[in-house]
Amino acid sequence: MRALDIKLFRDLRRLWAQSLAIALVMACGVATLILAFGAYLSLEETRDAYYERYKFGDVFASASRVPDSVARRIAEIDGVAAVESRIVEMALLDIEGFREPATGLIVSTPPDRSIDVNDVFVRQGRMPEPGRVNEVAIDTQFAEAQRFEIGSEFEAVIGSAKMRLTVVGIAMSPEFVYALGPGDMMPDSRRFATIWMPEEALASLFDLDGAFNSVSVRLLRDASETAVIEAIEAIDDLLEPYGGTGAHARKDQMSNAFLQGELDQLRGMAQMIPPIFLLVSAFLINMILSRLIELEREQIGLLKALGFGRGAVAWHYLKLVLVIAVIGVLIGAALGTWAGRGMTVMYSRFFAFPFLVFRSDIDIYLIAAVVSMAAAAAGALRAITVVFALPPAVAMRPPAPQVYRQFMGGLLSRLNLFSQLTTMALRHLVRHPVRSLLTAIGTAFAVALMGVALGTLSSVDFMVDAVFFRTERQDATLAFSTARPSQAFEAVARLPGVIAAEPYLSAPVTMRNGQYSRQLTITGKPPQTDLSRVLDLDLAPVLLPPTGLAIGDRVADLLHLRPGDLARVEFLDGERRTVDVPVTQIIQSYIGLVVFMDIEALARLQGTGPRISGVHLLVDDSRLDDLYTAVKETPQISAVALVSRSRQRFQETMQENMTMMLTVYLALSIIIAFGVVYNSARIQLSERARELATLRVLGFRRAEVSNVLFIEIGVIVALAQPIGWLIATGLGIIITDSLATDMFRVPFVIEPSTFAIASIVVVAAALVSALIVRRRVDSLDLVRVLKTRE
Amino acid sequence: MREAVFTIRGLSKIYQTGNVEVKALRGVDADLFHGELTVMLGPSGSGKSTFLNIIGGLDTATTGEVRYRDHDLSSASDRELTRYRRDHVGFVFQFYNLIPSLTARENVALVTEISRNAMRPEEALELVGLKERIGHFPAQLSGGEQQRVAIARAVAKRPEVMLCDEPTGALDSKTGILVLDALTATNKELGTTTAIITHNATIGSIADRVFHFSDGAITEVIENETRLKPSEVSW
Repeated sequence: MRALDIKLFRDLRRLWAQSLAIALVMACGVATLILAFGAYLSLEETRDAYYERYKFGDVFASASRVPDSVARRIAEIDGVAAVESRIVEMALLDIEGFREPATGLIVSTPPDRSIDVNDVFVRQGRMPEPGRVNEVAIDTQFAEAQRFEIGSEFEAVIGSAKMRLTVVGIAMSPEFVYALGPGDMMPDSRRFATIWMPEEALASLFDLDGAFNSVSVRLLRDASETAVIEAIEAIDDLLEPYGGTGAHARKDQMSNAFLQGELDQLRGMAQMIPPIFLLVSAFLINMILSRLIELEREQIGLLKALGFGRGAVAWHYLKLVLVIAVIGVLIGAALGTWAGRGMTVMYSRFFAFPFLVFRSDIDIYLIAAVVSMAAAAAGALRAITVVFALPPAVAMRPPAPQVYRQFMGGLLSRLNLFSQLTTMALRHLVRHPVRSLLTAIGTAFAVALMGVALGTLSSVDFMVDAVFFRTERQDATLAFSTARPSQAFEAVARLPGVIAAEPYLSAPVTMRNGQYSRQLTITGKPPQTDLSRVLDLDLAPVLLPPTGLAIGDRVADLLHLRPGDLARVEFLDGERRTVDVPVTQIIQSYIGLVVFMDIEALARLQGTGPRISGVHLLVDDSRLDDLYTAVKETPQISAVALVSRSRQRFQETMQENMTMMLTVYLALSIIIAFGVVYNSARIQLSERARELATLRVLGFRRAEVSNVLFIEIGVIVALAQPIGWLIATGLGIIITDSLATDMFRVPFVIEPSTFAIASIVVVAAALVSALIVRRRVDSLDLVRVLKTRE
Repeated sequence: MREAVFTIRGLSKIYQTGNVEVKALRGVDADLFHGELTVMLGPSGSGKSTFLNIIGGLDTATTGEVRYRDHDLSSASDRELTRYRRDHVGFVFQFYNLIPSLTARENVALVTEISRNAMRPEEALELVGLKERIGHFPAQLSGGEQQRVAIARAVAKRPEVMLCDEPTGALDSKTGILVLDALTATNKELGTTTAIITHNATIGSIADRVFHFSDGAITEVIENETRLKPSEVSW
């Protein structure tokens, strides 16, 4: 081994704790990069391949009853590559040994068994044979949740018929990667199924012979956004006479939108978190390398005097940094791969893919390695430039003494506010303002990470409270297959176990304000509601006015509507009237695009008599079984959403994910806090060993001497707190804003207790690192420092 | 009868570095008396610094007895030694050991803040003739000035013992004399028992007694009939 390399090896051994602290910070960057990138690419590529191979649609539309001939006219629309017309209906499922009613989304399969859009991947068994009325294929997640196998049977109320169905296939489709039951807030595979059934069986049950009620369209490859919009408009025109409720593009398809949301979140993570760690590690490298070089000035001069070139000496120090980076990359790669695999397992619980493997391609690792090495080298740059430029003769002389200044012309010291020890600490701090500030910012990132994690938690808590405990307070929601006269309400209210009932009426509409428009559903409710409530922006219950719309804040933003404005409402069913309705109030909405109106006023606007689409229920728990039995026997009910179950599942899932997330963020912020504070304390100690030993000689006790270090660290850590809170709030808002979709929005709520907890964690980590360094202060060699010139 | 401030009997110090044993002191006996000024002479490695460090409470004896008045320094804990240094000893070192981030006045105040019977920092600095430079940082002072600040810091708490390890070692002779002037002045005015280590034999003539160290032992003690003033010495 060459002499310089031996020196490198020994330097590393001597600096092992500091180097490891930096390598760990870097490892966090690498791990999060690999995790986020790997998971993103895995999910994206799997999705794209799945969509491609199984012909996922570009445009989706539904209507009430469309003659088959219209499908051919849709196929003639410019840019359309394939059309799949089908029947899609809801059904209530009655599964033996499972007391709650489940809901099935039944999709027809064509007689010729060739599906041109939204093809089905059959994992087990086969698709139902045309003509066999009782054969069905079910989705894999439902099959798993209910432990169904080929040959299993269950009952379903389809249309008005109760049928016994036999599972002949277990399958999945790109249309239902993320499957959410109607009215559900969380996927619940036990209670929601996608069911494939032969078309003619379904057609006769719903009186749709020679007709369809749903259509998916694939456009020519690389269709532009305008092409998609044109196709949507053309399809809308064709379906309008048949009760078309408005076509939508792939991006608004539910399963796809959820998947996209997850991808966006991963991308956000890849963009936000690794850079924090890489920045901090670059700063730490800069800090320790600058100090090392300062200490080794004379050696550097000597090496140069001996004839080592500038490049060789600079390369020697760069190698030290690269070794640290390599250790960081290795640890990070292992961590990232492990976490990535875990993440993929979690995804396969929520998303139904035929295959999903964590993408651990070499290029992801290469990118992570190159980025980290570059960050490390960037951190080293300034220090190494110094090495490069230092002429040997200058290097071998001690550096010029540090110049200190009094603040405010010595006013403070005349006031005698601080002891001399405190003054020492403060002057040293101010002597290196940039370094002190950067150290504070580095520590602030630790606070911020913890703050964002806790903030996300309290935001979700807030939303759960707002949605599940203040807004949707019902235990269950029953939905009819089609709107029914309001007398149906009485029948439902009389069902066993019902304590309170509240009707609602849904009307699909296109809502316009000038150039802005959106397809959404107006929900009619009684003026005063107690189960499914309408809340204003301060979350206070709203009394719906006799006329006019209460619109969600998201809708108000999208359509640029304010109270008093007139919104144009085009009903997409019934008589398809178009009316102008005043906006009377903006209300709070975290889920979906919501617009509410008085239920009777809504029916009047539609031009029908009083009707209801479903009923929200408050149920006596002890009589649930009776209610479930009654519901399963009621053919008009097409779907049951058990809100109390959703609530429970949501909280369980959140708890699980959040505990994991919090643990990870806790570890990340402790590593940052430790890495920054420990390194900064070690460097201070190295710079001030002589001073501190002198203080010991003068008769100061160990505790008093350590306090000089602690005061400086304390000021930096204290300064880091408000900066960290600020960064946490900023990041939190950026993250929640970037993740907000029409479907789902979480307000960023950060509570004072969040700041307090984040700060306590970081202060504790800082304290521990300071205490470790304190042990070194206690064992300072008094005699040796007195014998040497600085 | 002269009053012994330090009583040292059979003092040995062995440094263990790896497998190598270095005997820095081999059974030294000595007494230092109240108010006297001693000079310790001897080549490098003769044990004089180790001797000074041990009686100053910066290091501990391997064997032997070191008593400062009624304190047994040889069996004192780190805490007791810290207390001893704080209350009784003033140090002056070759490289001054001032705190660079504190001004001259503050360097002195550092010590007066933790002592009971201290002078005001200004008073101590006046004693060493540095009243004008009171607000300057060490980096703004010459070597001689820095050493005088160090002396002011040492005397400000009115210590009973003043221990100086090569106080003039880094200074030219003219500045060195100024520093020695300051030391003899405090010795005389405050009656401080003072020990000065030096390589420079001529400085011996300003002392009451001169200890010659060689190879870890005191080989000779010379008592001066008359003490010269520092200004009368030249090197």
